Amino acid sequence: MRHSCPNAILHSWARLSVLILLGCASAAAPAPVHGEPVSEDRKASLDHLLRQDCGSCHGMTLQGGLGPALLPERFAGCDVDSIADMILYGNPEKAMPPWKDLLSQAEARYLAERIKNKGSN
Amino acid sequence: MTDYRYVLRIVAVAAAVLLGAAGASRADIALYGTGDLGIVIERAAGSVVIIDTTDVTVRSRVEGLGDLSHASAVFSRDGRYAYVFGRDGGLTKVDLLRARISKRIVQSGNSIGGAISQDGTLIAVSNYKPGGVRVFDAQTLDPVADIPADMGDGTLSKVVGLVDAPGQQFIFSLWDAGEIWIADFMDRAHPKIRKYRDVGKNPYDALITSDGRFYVAGLFGEDGLAKLDLWAPDKGVTRILDGYGRGEEKLPVYKMPHLEGWARAGNYLFLPAVGRHEVLVVDADTWQEVTRIQVHGQPIFAVARPDGRQVWVNFAHPLNDTVQVIDVPSLDIAQTYTPGKAVLHMEFTPRGEQVWVSVRDENRVDVYDTRTMQVLKSLKADKPSGIFLTARAGRIGL
Repeated sequence: MRHSCPNAILHSWARLSVLILLGCASAAAPAPVHGEPVSEDRKASLDHLLRQDCGSCHGMTLQGGLGPALLPERFAGCDVDSIADMILYGNPEKAMPPWKDLLSQAEARYLAERIKNKGSN
Repeated sequence: MTDYRYVLRIVAVAAAVLLGAAGASRADIALYGTGDLGIVIERAAGSVVIIDTTDVTVRSRVEGLGDLSHASAVFSRDGRYAYVFGRDGGLTKVDLLRARISKRIVQSGNSIGGAISQDGTLIAVSNYKPGGVRVFDAQTLDPVADIPADMGDGTLSKVVGLVDAPGQQFIFSLWDAGEIWIADFMDRAHPKIRKYRDVGKNPYDALITSDGRFYVAGLFGEDGLAKLDLWAPDKGVTRILDGYGRGEEKLPVYKMPHLEGWARAGNYLFLPAVGRHEVLVVDADTWQEVTRIQVHGQPIFAVARPDGRQVWVNFAHPLNDTVQVIDVPSLDIAQTYTPGKAVLHMEFTPRGEQVWVSVRDENRVDVYDTRTMQVLKSLKADKPSGIFLTARAGRIGL
């Protein structure tokens, strides 16, 4: 039995609507292809981004704020790709902005793994 | 003047040391006022530094305040104590003279800011978890009242935009419920709550004008703002700047703007537009839009120099390395600075000759001379965010 994944339906819908708006999927990505590795330097700056800038809404320790907590237990039922999609495409109903203009898919997947597995530290 | 004062301080410290040797318990405090002091939040370290705007120095550091991301502070009316509101629900009373914590409680799971009552006896904190407002005695931090932000079905709304208002009132907005509430503490044992419903979708922050008359909440979920005239509370909440961006697509909002410290300069009010690279200029009498100023990024704070001649603006991620200065008479951008990554806050000295600017990722606070427009001095601080000077003690809504 699969655990529920927060916002899974909404984010899929949001992604679909983004894709429809843009006309096609490839136009959405300013960014590298799926598997391109994220450099160690970039990982460090993404860790910083997670704490400091995602932290604007989710709290610096990801315990939540205006946005929900981003702790591993909340995402137990989510695969990394769904979390990455939530980061890339956002959720307009919940004030979560789309980060696709600032992050590549690989970078969003890196953040998704951090959130799902380790939390902020 | 400074030299004279400095000598006085040395004499005072010397006297304190002598008296201290004699065992006098109060003698460890040198004789000086707190009118030129303030604090800078060190958000990651959970500490604050006490700053002096006359000598332009960091005097000392106070540690152990918990999670200070998005922390803010108010001051006791004598300017001696700072009440610091942490993200983790911590409420810490810091003694600026002794440079130490005088009392600390953790009053909720997740909080967003607070206010001090008109008479200085009550501290109110707005909470995300559990959603609502809790009120404490300013002296002891003992609980006085708990106001859950019940949305009517038992669920609690996150609370934002909490301010003090004349007549021992606290006013705040309910992010999830789209409501504005007034809590009247004239009788502190029996606060009276008045609720305004359906004020608009997702109020994200609010302000009260410096005369204490108008409470204005920004709405994230729609264009426009919700305004309440506290001189005519029976008239209800009205909408201003309704649909100022209708038909235009908003940019992604990576950080919510702040309305506290909303700038009034002459007859104009300046406020950050949500999801737009614009500062809105509003006529303070008619509440109509006068114009929009194109700026570097999405504004977070628009703060007026106390004389109203300039408005300083900082910006949201990823354009947060820049500060722009609007010249009020011409409504042009007079100056653009690039202090470094993550400029988070700006605070003017009470008469406006300096502005202190925190640059988080550079671990620096820059102090500008607002006449020469040059950096007077840079001070080190650990991931600095909010800057709060004791002059706030005498102002409504701060």
